[in-house]
Amino acid sequence: MAQTEINYQKKDLPAGLFKIGLILFLAGSILAILAFFIDQERAAFNYLVTYMMIVSIGLGSLFLIALEYIAGADWSTPIRRIPEFFAGLLPVLLLLVIPLFIFNHDLFHWAHKEAIADDKILQGKAPYLNVTFFIVRTIIFIGLWSLFYWAMSKNSQKQDETKDQTLTKKNIRLGAIFIPVFALSITFTAIDFMMSLEPHWFSTIFGVYYFSGTVVAALAAVTIAVVLLKEKGYFSPWMTNDHLYSLGSLMFAFINFWAYIAFSQFLLIWYADLPEETFWFLTRWNGSWAFFSIFLIIVQFAVPYFALLTQPSKMNPKVLKFIAIWLLFAHLFDLFWLIMPNMASMKNGYVFSWIDFVFPIAGIGLVMLIFNMRSKKENLIPIGDPKLKRGIDFHL
Amino acid sequence: MHNDKKLFGIAATFITPNEIINAARKIAAAGFSQFDVNTPYPVHGMDDAMKLKPSKLGFVTLVMGLLGASSALLFMYWTMSVDYRIVIGGKPFFALPAFIPVTFEVTVLLATVATVVAMIALFFRLPDNKHPLHDTEYMKSVSADKFGIIIETSDVKFDEKTVKEFIQNLHPFNVEMIYYPEEESYPIFQPKFIAFLIVIAVLVSGTTYVTLNKLLYITPYNWMMEQDKLNPQKESNLFADKYGMRIPVEGTVARGFIPYPFKGQTNPTEVLSNPFLPTKENLALGKAKFNIYCSPCHGYFADGDSRLRGQFPNPPTLHSKRAIDFSDGMIYHIITNGQNVMPSYASQITRDERWAIVNYVRVLQLAKNAKDSDLIEINKETGSNGTN
Repeated sequence: MAQTEINYQKKDLPAGLFKIGLILFLAGSILAILAFFIDQERAAFNYLVTYMMIVSIGLGSLFLIALEYIAGADWSTPIRRIPEFFAGLLPVLLLLVIPLFIFNHDLFHWAHKEAIADDKILQGKAPYLNVTFFIVRTIIFIGLWSLFYWAMSKNSQKQDETKDQTLTKKNIRLGAIFIPVFALSITFTAIDFMMSLEPHWFSTIFGVYYFSGTVVAALAAVTIAVVLLKEKGYFSPWMTNDHLYSLGSLMFAFINFWAYIAFSQFLLIWYADLPEETFWFLTRWNGSWAFFSIFLIIVQFAVPYFALLTQPSKMNPKVLKFIAIWLLFAHLFDLFWLIMPNMASMKNGYVFSWIDFVFPIAGIGLVMLIFNMRSKKENLIPIGDPKLKRGIDFHL
Repeated sequence: MHNDKKLFGIAATFITPNEIINAARKIAAAGFSQFDVNTPYPVHGMDDAMKLKPSKLGFVTLVMGLLGASSALLFMYWTMSVDYRIVIGGKPFFALPAFIPVTFEVTVLLATVATVVAMIALFFRLPDNKHPLHDTEYMKSVSADKFGIIIETSDVKFDEKTVKEFIQNLHPFNVEMIYYPEEESYPIFQPKFIAFLIVIAVLVSGTTYVTLNKLLYITPYNWMMEQDKLNPQKESNLFADKYGMRIPVEGTVARGFIPYPFKGQTNPTEVLSNPFLPTKENLALGKAKFNIYCSPCHGYFADGDSRLRGQFPNPPTLHSKRAIDFSDGMIYHIITNGQNVMPSYASQITRDERWAIVNYVRVLQLAKNAKDSDLIEINKETGSNGTN
C-alpha cells in the first residue's frame, strides 16, 4: 500500500460546461415559458416532473454525503465534492418551487374549494391537504435541507484550509441528525407533490418508492460527473477503477431496491384488489399508458440490472457512463409515469406534445450551471479531509 | 528424514501487509503463477498484486440462479395453471405477481447454496480432506500475526535453489520448506471413517427412536387414561371377529337424517313437496343461507351476474321461465343433488335450510317479475298505500 502524495492544483472545469449549460437553460426556459402560455395545465405538470428530478439529484446527493460521514466510508472521500456540488441545487429549490405554488390550481385537485365541498374524503384530508399548510411545510423542508447542506459543505470547505479533524466529527453529527430529518421530509415531499395529485389514493410505501429512485438518480448524476472529469484528467492520480466499481455497485444495489419497493407496492394492491387502491394502477394501464408501465420495468430495472451484473462492467468507465446517463433518464421517466397520468386530459392514454421535452432540457442546463458555479469556489478534492489518503489508496 | 516426503513449496512470512503486497507483486512479476498468499485478515489490493484472474465462481451463481428462477416458475405454472387449477381470490390461473416472491426466494436459495457448495468443493479440493499446509509452523504463524506467501512446486518455473534465493532476496521474516508424505493420499472415504459414520448414524437414530416411542410413554400412573371400554378403531374381545367398531344393521338411519329418496336422478319424475310456509323467520334464514352458499355463483339477486362470471360456464339466472316453472321440490332436488357444473350442497346445507332457500328463491323470482296486480295485493295485505 504505497502512500500517494497529494499535490493538488486547482484546475478550472472546462468552459464548455458553463456554455452548454447556459444555452440549454436559456433555450429550455424560453420554450418552457412559451409552453405555459400554450397549455398551462400540461406545462405545470411537466414543470413538476422536472422540479422533482432536481429535488432527487440535490437531496439524494446530500443523502450520499451524510451517508459517507455516518458510515465512515473512506472510498468515496476523493469524490465527495461531486455530490456536494450537486447538493448546491437545494437552496435554488426555494425559487424553483414558487411556480408550483402559483399553479397549484392546475396541479392539485384538493386545492379547489368547490371540489372539497361535496367530497367527504377530501374534507377529512383537508387539515393536511390545504394550500396554506402545503406552502408552509414545503418551505420548512427546503429550508431544513438548505441549512444542512450549507452547514456540512461549509465545514468541508473550511477543512481544506485548516485541516481541522474536528470538522469531520461535526459533520458526522450533522449527518446523523440529517438522516431522520431526510427520511421524514422526503416522505412528506413525495406525498405532497406526487401522491396528492390523486388525493383519493394512498400508499404507505410511496415515500420509500420515491426515495429509492432519488438515490439512483443522485448516484447516476455523481457517476456521470466523476467519469467525465476522470476522462478529462481531473481525477487522474486520486481515483482508480475500484472507486468506479463502488459507485457501480451502489447503483446496482439501488436499482434492485427500487424494483423491490416498486413491486412491493404493486403486489399488495394487486392482491387485495380493493377498488379504492387499484384505480391508481388501472389509470396507468389505460390505453397507451400500459406501454409506459411495461417500459418502466425494462428501463429502470431489467436493462441496467443485466448491464451492471458483472464485475468488469462495473469497472468499465464507458459502460458506467452509458448506464448512469440511462438511469438518470430512467428516473425522469419514472417521475413522468408517476405524475403525468394524473392530468385529466391524459387519463385514457398518452397524448404527444413537444412540451414534455423542453422542461428537462432547462433542468439539465440548470444542474450544469449550478455545478459549474459551485465548482468555481471549491477544490475538486477535499484536500483537508483526514480520510482522504485512505480513500485514495482504496482497493477492493 | 525427508526421504519419504516430497516438497510442496517454499513459504516465507512477513511482518507487515505492505511487505506482503510488495512480495506478491514481485513474485507475480517474476512470472510465477502457482503461488498463494495467507494472511490473518483480508489485505485490500491483493488480487491486483497477485494478478489473479476474476473468479469463475460467479458463473456457478448465475447458472444456479437462473435454474432456480426457471424451475420455480415452471413448477408454479404446472401446479397452479395446468395440473390443479383453483380460482384463488378471483385471480387468473397464471398469476405472475403472486409467483414472483417465490421465484425470488428459490433463485436466491439455489444461487447461494450452490455458491457455497461450489466454493468448498473447488477450493478445498473435495474429497481430499487434508492440505499439505495443515499443521505447519507456517500456517500457525499466518493465522496469528504474520503475512505469508508460498511458491508451490507445481509451478512450471519452480526450481528449489533459485526460488529459495529469490525469496531470501525479498528479506522475509522467516522461510520454511513445506513437505508432505509422497505416497499417502487423504481420501475422505476411508473404511474406518465410513464405519464411524455408520455407528454414529445407528446410535443417533436408535436413541431418538427409543426416546420418542418408548421412554416418553413410560407412565408412573396412567390417571385412568386406559379403561376397559370400547374405543373407536380399537379391537375388542367381546366379538368373535375382534372388531370394536360394528357395521350398522342394514337400513339403519342416523339421528336427524332422513335419506333423500330421489338421490342421483337427473330428471326425477316425482319430487318432495315443500313442508315450510314462507314465514318471516323462514325467509330470513333462507336469505342468509342463500347469500352464503348460492350468491357466489348466482349473484345476490339470482341474476347469475356474480364475480365468478367468465371463469366457469356462466352460472344461470334463476329468473328464466324454466326456473320459475320449477316446482319447489325440483329446486330442492337440484340443491340436494346438484345439476351440470353445480355440485351437491347436501353436506353443507341442512334439509330445513334447503327448504328455506327454496322459499327465498321464490321471493326473489316474484320480486323480479312483479306485476302491478301484485303490488295491489301486497298493499291490501299490509294495509299501506305502497309508498314504503
